[in-house]
Amino acid sequence: MEAVHDHGHEHHPSGIMRWVTTTNHKDIGTLYLFFSLIMFFFAGSLAMGIRAELFQPGLQFMQPNTFNQLTTMHGLIMVFGAIMPAFVGFANWQVPLMIGAPDMALPRLNNWSFWLLPMAAILLVGSFFVPGGAAAGGWTMYPPLFIQGGLSGDMTIFAVHILGISSILGSINIITTIMNMRAPGMTYMKMPLFVWTWFITAFLLVAVMPVLAGAVTMLLTDRHFDTHFFNAAGGGDPVMFQHIFWFFGHPEVYIMILPAFGIVSSIIPTFARKPLFGYASMVYATASIAILSFIVWAHHMYSVGMPTAAQLYFMYATMLIAVPTGVKVFNWIATMWEGSMTFETPMLFAIAFVALFTIGGFTGIVLAVVPVDIQLQDTYYVVAHFHYVLVSGSLFAIFAGAYYWLPKWTGHMYNETLGKWHFWLSMIGFNILFFPQHFLGLAGMPRRIPDYALQFADFNMISSIGGFMFGATQLLFVIVVIKCVRGGTKATAQVWEGADTLEWTIPSPAPYHTFATPPVIK
Amino acid sequence: MMSNLIKKIGGGLALAMYSMLAQAEYAINFPKPVTVIAGQIYDLHMITMWIIVGIAVVVYGAMFYSILKHRKSVGHKAANFHHNTMIEIVWTTIPLLILIGMAYPATKSVLAMRDSSNPDMTVKITGYQWKWEYDYQQEGFKFMSVLSTPRDQFELKGTAAKNENYLLEVDNPMVVPVGKKVRILLTANDVIHAWWVPTFGIKQDAIPGFIKDSWFKADKAGTYRGQCAELCGKDHGYMPIVVEVKEQADYDKWVAEQKSKSAAATQDTNKVYELAELKSIGEKVYATNCAGCHQAKGEGMAPVFPALDGSKMVKGPKQAQIDIVMNGKAGTAMSAFGKQLSDTDVAAVITYTRNAWGNHTGEAIQPSEIKASRK
Repeated sequence: MEAVHDHGHEHHPSGIMRWVTTTNHKDIGTLYLFFSLIMFFFAGSLAMGIRAELFQPGLQFMQPNTFNQLTTMHGLIMVFGAIMPAFVGFANWQVPLMIGAPDMALPRLNNWSFWLLPMAAILLVGSFFVPGGAAAGGWTMYPPLFIQGGLSGDMTIFAVHILGISSILGSINIITTIMNMRAPGMTYMKMPLFVWTWFITAFLLVAVMPVLAGAVTMLLTDRHFDTHFFNAAGGGDPVMFQHIFWFFGHPEVYIMILPAFGIVSSIIPTFARKPLFGYASMVYATASIAILSFIVWAHHMYSVGMPTAAQLYFMYATMLIAVPTGVKVFNWIATMWEGSMTFETPMLFAIAFVALFTIGGFTGIVLAVVPVDIQLQDTYYVVAHFHYVLVSGSLFAIFAGAYYWLPKWTGHMYNETLGKWHFWLSMIGFNILFFPQHFLGLAGMPRRIPDYALQFADFNMISSIGGFMFGATQLLFVIVVIKCVRGGTKATAQVWEGADTLEWTIPSPAPYHTFATPPVIK
Repeated sequence: MMSNLIKKIGGGLALAMYSMLAQAEYAINFPKPVTVIAGQIYDLHMITMWIIVGIAVVVYGAMFYSILKHRKSVGHKAANFHHNTMIEIVWTTIPLLILIGMAYPATKSVLAMRDSSNPDMTVKITGYQWKWEYDYQQEGFKFMSVLSTPRDQFELKGTAAKNENYLLEVDNPMVVPVGKKVRILLTANDVIHAWWVPTFGIKQDAIPGFIKDSWFKADKAGTYRGQCAELCGKDHGYMPIVVEVKEQADYDKWVAEQKSKSAAATQDTNKVYELAELKSIGEKVYATNCAGCHQAKGEGMAPVFPALDGSKMVKGPKQAQIDIVMNGKAGTAMSAFGKQLSDTDVAAVITYTRNAWGNHTGEAIQPSEIKASRK
């Protein structure tokens, strides 16, 4: 088996043109990851603005409209610019390496999928500088409010279009790669779980991104051509937008968490030195979650006044999701059980993922119950819930994955001490930031408000302190990554004692071209 | 009860927070319910929380036991099992049964809260950017309800001391009798709002072009506060809801007062006012309805909210300004005030803007002109 195809040199232009013209899955993976890191810091600094304004009652730093711009763009950019591209970056790097393929199936398409992203980012970031400022109607873009906005509304709509095209192309590429380029002997049920979760995620993306594109296109024509899709006076219905949006939006939630499940399912067995428990049930649970995600969308809209029967149906369907999600958590714990665990940074983030994502899952059950949700809809409880899922869920999995594979990507070990500092400060800062928000929501603080009644002052101050701590801590991550790229202890091919997927059979750093001759899986 | 949960889940952080909670009176749960439905919601939430606490104890217990005992540093050797069909069936079935158990009371509660039949009275509530209108159609009067916290308490870098009910107080609260089933019909004039009073356990979106209903029956007299819960633009955080629940006799008195007020307002449409009189009424109308966007001194907030001071529109022919104030401007936050304000108020506020700051048209717009423009 010739795992490494080595002509002794790499064929590519140097300098900036290497990155502009590259069709190499590793280069493109790197581009995705750095892009998402930059967007993460941009959207994160918007969040710092939000927490600064909410530090105490009264307006200290900005007018309410500016505040709404921050919340809107924080959400949009984190979802579409930071979390999703980061997972695509992981897919680019890891899917070919884990299935023993030489590259992605459609390398030029791959280049195009990435280079669409900076265009969308320019539109989104640039919208802060047009008259009227950035979009301020919430990341969910509900009409009629969104229709009131200025030029930035159109820029946001076009950015969403571009991001959608990028996601669809990227997903087609991933599906094609996984279906056609698996090494001989790698049957579907032998694929690493990360590959499985991305395979399913890619189908979700292909299914729902066009729905979002349709919804925002209708917004666009409502804004400029009086189509009245969402205007009751013209025969339309504002609530229809919400149905269409959440038909996209709920699968989107799983698009942002399934690859995280895959990363964590790679890491926990490695550091427990024990095979993943219930591989088959993990695959089936992932597929069940994906299918269920299409039939629960209206639980985001309990307060619009749907018929009672519809409310009941969406409540039952939503509660059902807890079952496969629970199976996953049990499987991870069963994987740790009777293992021989060590706690390097990737494992710490993976364990924090399991522990804190579970809290997000618990509050999800609370929110599924219609009468309780009626109280909690659009409050800080919901904000806390989805940050437990998206920050300590998706983001922590991204950190875990980054620490796990950095040695393979760079050829150097990252600094374990700094990594542990990053973990513990993130973990503590995150909980100070978001745990009190549960209380704020229960006590009755609505979300998306720039100022609040005095009874909410203390928990907001605590939350803001946690926010600044969490935000500042992320600079440590940049330091760790830069140090790791520039040097450090040489990494072995195996890197982690308990790792057993294909990427660990090639040298570190992974050569520019790998698996030109496919490995044979027994 | 929440504090018990924290203790059980708790790491060091949660414990530290818990001790803080014990010291001060922090609200960490739903406010005390004053309707049967809010009570049911409170109980449902508690049941759900206890179930979660139970599951959390088992899940985290197993996890942290494993983390402590099954680690390489204490010399634990890895086992090699990787599936067990029996246990997988068990941990799929048990959660399913728990969920079915939870769904039963939740369903009963949904059916109760959605049953708005046989109300004792009905009030139509309309959301505007950024105020509420309460229309007592059966009694024949309606009024606007606007935030009454003085502007200097919540403006940017404002230093004025804040009221006790900062941002949760209005000029004209909704008033209902105690122990009566009040059905509310909700709609909106411009964008989607949501009418939410936590102590009543009621939250319903107000959607332009549609009427949705909900209901509450307050068991205890008192003043209850809530807020708009759906992002509705710039001043979403500044449109509170206040409901005063009164004894029937007090409520009847209040209704009589409102009726005579509203009768007085219709009569004076034909009255001819002096310029100064109109200006002084207009100044108040401006402060509650216009200053949020066009600002107190008419300087606006370019480019979204145009300045009125020195504006061509305001200094030009009056009919154009009457049109825009009455009918609003599509695609912007400028709403149709003809539907919200009385003829006198519209006349007064237009007169005010045409004669305030640097604008000196000297024109007095009379209510009769507004009345005529309604046809």
